[in-house]
Amino acid sequence: MWAMAMKEFRQMRRDRRTLAMMILLPVLLLVVFGYAASFDVDQVKTVVVGPQAQQVADALPARLEVVRVAPGEGRQDAVEALRDADAAVAVVTGEGGQPQVLVDGADLFSARSVVTELRGRPGLPAPEVLFNPGLETSAIMVPGLMGVVLVFVGTIATALGVVRERQSGTLEQLAVMPFRARDVLAGKLLPYLGVAVVDLAVIVAVGVLLFDVPFAGSPLVFALGALLFLFVTVGIGVLISTVSETQGQAIQLAIMTMLPQILLSGLIFPLQAMAAGVRWIGYLLPLTYFVQVARGVMVRGAPFGALVFPLAMLAVLGVVVFGLSVARFRRDLAPSGRRHGRDDAGDAGQDATAPARAGTR
Amino acid sequence: MTGTWWGCRGLGVRFGDTVALDEVSLEVAPGTVAAVVGGDGAGKTTLVRALAGTVRPAAGTVRRPDRRRVGYVSAGPGVWTDLTVDENLSFAGRAYGLSADDLEVRVGALLDRTGLVEARDRLAGRLSGGMRQKLALAMAVAHEPELLLLDEPTTGVDPVSRAELWRLLASAAADGAAVVVATTYLDEAERAGTVLVLDRGRALLAGTPEEVLAATPGLVVEGAARPDAIPSWRRGARWRAWSPDGSTPPGTSPVTLDLEDAAIVAQLRQDLGRAA
Repeated sequence: MWAMAMKEFRQMRRDRRTLAMMILLPVLLLVVFGYAASFDVDQVKTVVVGPQAQQVADALPARLEVVRVAPGEGRQDAVEALRDADAAVAVVTGEGGQPQVLVDGADLFSARSVVTELRGRPGLPAPEVLFNPGLETSAIMVPGLMGVVLVFVGTIATALGVVRERQSGTLEQLAVMPFRARDVLAGKLLPYLGVAVVDLAVIVAVGVLLFDVPFAGSPLVFALGALLFLFVTVGIGVLISTVSETQGQAIQLAIMTMLPQILLSGLIFPLQAMAAGVRWIGYLLPLTYFVQVARGVMVRGAPFGALVFPLAMLAVLGVVVFGLSVARFRRDLAPSGRRHGRDDAGDAGQDATAPARAGTR
Repeated sequence: MTGTWWGCRGLGVRFGDTVALDEVSLEVAPGTVAAVVGGDGAGKTTLVRALAGTVRPAAGTVRRPDRRRVGYVSAGPGVWTDLTVDENLSFAGRAYGLSADDLEVRVGALLDRTGLVEARDRLAGRLSGGMRQKLALAMAVAHEPELLLLDEPTTGVDPVSRAELWRLLASAAADGAAVVVATTYLDEAERAGTVLVLDRGRALLAGTPEEVLAATPGLVVEGAARPDAIPSWRRGARWRAWSPDGSTPPGTSPVTLDLEDAAIVAQLRQDLGRAA
């Protein structure tokens, strides 16, 4: 038994990545998610419109953080502010009588806290919940979960597919074949992207038909967001594959990128409820922006103009991550630094002369 | 060498502080086979990779045809184990730009030549080691390359399959390819037109098998008992020894020199020189 345990210890000591994961990850997760795991929203962004806007704004409870007071605007402007996620609550005042309180049901935890806070409060009527009137959890979770499924297909499947080539030794074979690195990568990724698109269509159909999730916005905007998000997740998959020797290592790393995305993206815990430091980690994660796009389009019917920021963030993350992964993959595939132009030299053959300095791999 | 040749001159490869190849030259003419022989860590794989272009030389010159005219079998499986024999061959053919018509003809011919017709629908992962290597070789020659590079294609393969693989190699050379085969088996090297024996990244012996044998000094003798005073080694149940001055020690008799003897003698001479 001791011989076996000793062997395991020695192997464990040499597998530093796993050892670090076993020791550091639980501590890291505890600290990060300790600050993230909260459903309590203290401050809810609020716009107040209508002739009595200023007067009503001054009397609102502290939880409602007034971000805009617009006496010249009406109910339609207030609804648009909620639809575009400028605020989670809109108070519409009139010439007389009680003001109307509109709440964004897609911002579930803010909406619930506001509804609880304002229920039975003198001077304010019962809030009217828009977009997700029943405050159904499934209506906001299903669009976000689509992102999780895309992370599974995009990141894990891609990383495993590329690492499998390396582990089985066929990546070396590909390196000698007359492919450019980008052809290998594109050819390798195309089937995974195809599967991910089919997956996405199935999940949307299941969400809408089985869970009654609304699809209020433009399918084209949703498709654009999903494609940009896939672009990032696939890029992360390739990046993981370039630093993993085995499929086991690739899965470890993929999980390490997935967990923060699931917990810090606003999918489960509202970003507003997180401590600032942890929230900023969330702002670096692609799922954060996909969740905003998916909920915006499906639940609130937000137009393209209202989603430019998350779409742009997905595009930026995609370019950065994919660019990095392609550069690393190219280095993996052609360690000699072979340029394609030289490989296209004539049939008469080519001389590859060593550089003047002592080269390394 | 005059005329067309593929290979390297004065090749040096370093991995960090480690010298993997030092001043190695190998010139292979079209239609000939060169064997690169050596033990583990001798530099065979590095040389083949440098010739293939996946390892950057630190010194010297590598001469190879355009990448589309190179065929390569790596030391790994060299095939996609979850594709069938047919699918592997089709992929290789398409990768090298064969048209659909050419591909069909070529795949048929290669299946015939390798004896894989019956197994054409079998997954490559379910082939025996020998059949898998034949498939890898067939994939490497699908586009009739000018330079064919093989990294230990016969390691772990049964003797019958080894012979068949060498028949296929000879056939590729007969079709005009310059063939470079890395191997640990010196008996295989005798079938090659040129032999390069590597030791710790340096060329120990080089030339045609005849030239290598002719250049071996002294005499190799064999006996039932281990001779005293001269370097000796086991060969089967008997002992062989190298007599530098050409004398025949008591109890031994001269043997016909082969490449294995020549390589051992070269190694002994190098070690003796170092010790001196």
